[in-house]
Amino acid sequence: MTAPIETAVADRAARSNTELLPLYRQMRRVRTFEERVGELFVRGQSAGSMLHLSIGEEAAAVGVASLMQEGDTFTTHHRGHGIFLARGADPKRMMAEIGGKEEGYCRGKGGSMHIADMGLGHLGANAIVGGGIPAVVGAGLASKRAGKGAISVAFFGDGAMQQGILYESMNMAALWDLPVVFVCINNQYGMGTRIEQATKGRALHERGLAFGLNAETVDGLDVREVRAAATRVIDAARGGTPGFLAIECYRFYGHARMDKSPYRSAEDEEQGRAKDPVQFARAALIEMGEADSTHLDALDQEIAAEMDATIDFTIAASEPPLNSMFRDVYAPGEPEPEAVAARIDRILARE
Amino acid sequence: MVQMTYRDALKQALRDAMTEDDSVVVIGEEVGRYGGAYGVTKGLYEEFGAARMIDTPISEPAIIGAAVGAAMSGLRPVAELMYVDFIGMTMDQLGNQAAKIRYMFGGQIGVPMVLRTQGGTGRSAGAQHSQSLEAYVLHTPGLRLVMPATVSDAYHLLRQSLRQPDPVVFIEHKALYTLKEEVDLSAPPPAWGKAAVRRTGDDLVIVTYSRQVHHALKAAEELSKQGLEATVIDLRCLNPLDFDTVRQHVERVGRVMVVSEGVMTAGVGAELSARIHEECFDFLAEPVIRLCGEDIPISVSVDLEANSVPTSQAVQQVAARLLAERSAA
Repeated sequence: MTAPIETAVADRAARSNTELLPLYRQMRRVRTFEERVGELFVRGQSAGSMLHLSIGEEAAAVGVASLMQEGDTFTTHHRGHGIFLARGADPKRMMAEIGGKEEGYCRGKGGSMHIADMGLGHLGANAIVGGGIPAVVGAGLASKRAGKGAISVAFFGDGAMQQGILYESMNMAALWDLPVVFVCINNQYGMGTRIEQATKGRALHERGLAFGLNAETVDGLDVREVRAAATRVIDAARGGTPGFLAIECYRFYGHARMDKSPYRSAEDEEQGRAKDPVQFARAALIEMGEADSTHLDALDQEIAAEMDATIDFTIAASEPPLNSMFRDVYAPGEPEPEAVAARIDRILARE
Repeated sequence: MVQMTYRDALKQALRDAMTEDDSVVVIGEEVGRYGGAYGVTKGLYEEFGAARMIDTPISEPAIIGAAVGAAMSGLRPVAELMYVDFIGMTMDQLGNQAAKIRYMFGGQIGVPMVLRTQGGTGRSAGAQHSQSLEAYVLHTPGLRLVMPATVSDAYHLLRQSLRQPDPVVFIEHKALYTLKEEVDLSAPPPAWGKAAVRRTGDDLVIVTYSRQVHHALKAAEELSKQGLEATVIDLRCLNPLDFDTVRQHVERVGRVMVVSEGVMTAGVGAELSARIHEECFDFLAEPVIRLCGEDIPISVSVDLEANSVPTSQAVQQVAARLLAERSAA
């Protein structure tokens, strides 16, 4: 529950001990993956019109996800590609899901906003602002009962800070001492509404404190600082003290694919994009002598090739068979809903 | 066979399920120390403790949301919504999350939770504590919907709901809690989703569920005195819906009334009527008659409330008129 300024000093001391290169690598993978997502459309794919990129938020995704362990679970908002990738997702299957293909994580039914993977504890991305938050309370209840130290993390944006369900969930998590963490990735915008236009109280972690959570705010520029703050909050959560972490970022691009951000100025964007966690880490690596630019260029190219391959994989992947449409409404073995055409055929053929 | 109230049968079902399966937990407002607003869970807190009878703050959306997360994490939660009237508060967690998770995630996981709630008129409880909102649920693919009318079904269908792989909305009727009937707790449970034919007659089919089953049976007894014999079908589950049983009797009899306490427009009665018309058209001697709740909110006034929904007298009168058309024809 320390204030951000006081902890900054301690964070800087911790920096030299943090392995920055693997964190940089993950952030670059997130950045490059997000840059490739739009290419699906350029190459003629039409599925998945709702695309929300997390460019600018890489340190938040990687800083927190790098601390998650097997058995931990999480939910994300609609801008969750980076979190899932940082948690260990296969970018090919992610891209295939975004493109609505059978080889995707959800067999093409979920897409960008409903991607999930039980194997990695991803209880689902959500297209309802705040919609995925209370699930971590239930997962926390189950985890507390199981007693194996697993945590459940809800990731959401600053838009969800104005949704009631967040407060109901934070209250329950605190009340029941659940191993749960609420992570607000504050990218300053809920669609086209800047946070100043959405709320008066912008020290977001104070809301966590008000509910009795272990809460802090951290700047999202330096992944090491994010990781240090997340370590404090997550370690406490594993011990049964739920937490809240707000990470201050800037959404580099529009809300979604077609949004050209008419609600903000070029100066604002320029200033915001100057706060680039990927470039910052790269410069830090060079400055500290942990890597030189040749090495990092090679790494970046390797990642570019990895992410290029996700597009080829998705283009080559198959469309889900039409008859899968009625599958998984209910459990396997349950009768599938009758198709409209089948019902009409049955009715009109009754003579 | 034992004599038991609907309320105690529900409690027994919870107790037996919790004894049998350690993953069953009950979560909701006043479910523990208070014993449930209608007393259904009274005593279970003492038996199973606070970790399995989880009292919550007044936060309906998060109660259902937490149940969703718990169900995805190996528990089998019974979330209690004190009144079905509060379902609008929870509709995102129920309709967008619980109902769609299996589908959106390509079949990776289901949400085996039961949402227990109660609805209906009969206590002069006003417009926000007396509704019959089952159509909200029925309109959402992915949600099972159970509405028991008898003590035996209260027990057996709740037990069965707790064995389902998908989310079940289990709506009790507040006027039935004190209903006392014989129940065989050890009997094999009815086939899941199967309607019960409570009475068989050749003149008219009454398709109904929940408390209206009792009104329909009472009306059928009165009609019988006039020599008119009705079949009464208690659907018990609205999803899955046992339309085969409905079809079988409609085709045999040709005259049908659908009785529901919910408001008429776009309600369960509308759905049943549409299906019967489509699927049994050639067998119908008369249009399907819907006898449903009026398209109005429920009043606190006892008279206004009672006349807002079908009564057994209304069922009887409408049935008699429908059958009078037959003799006139």
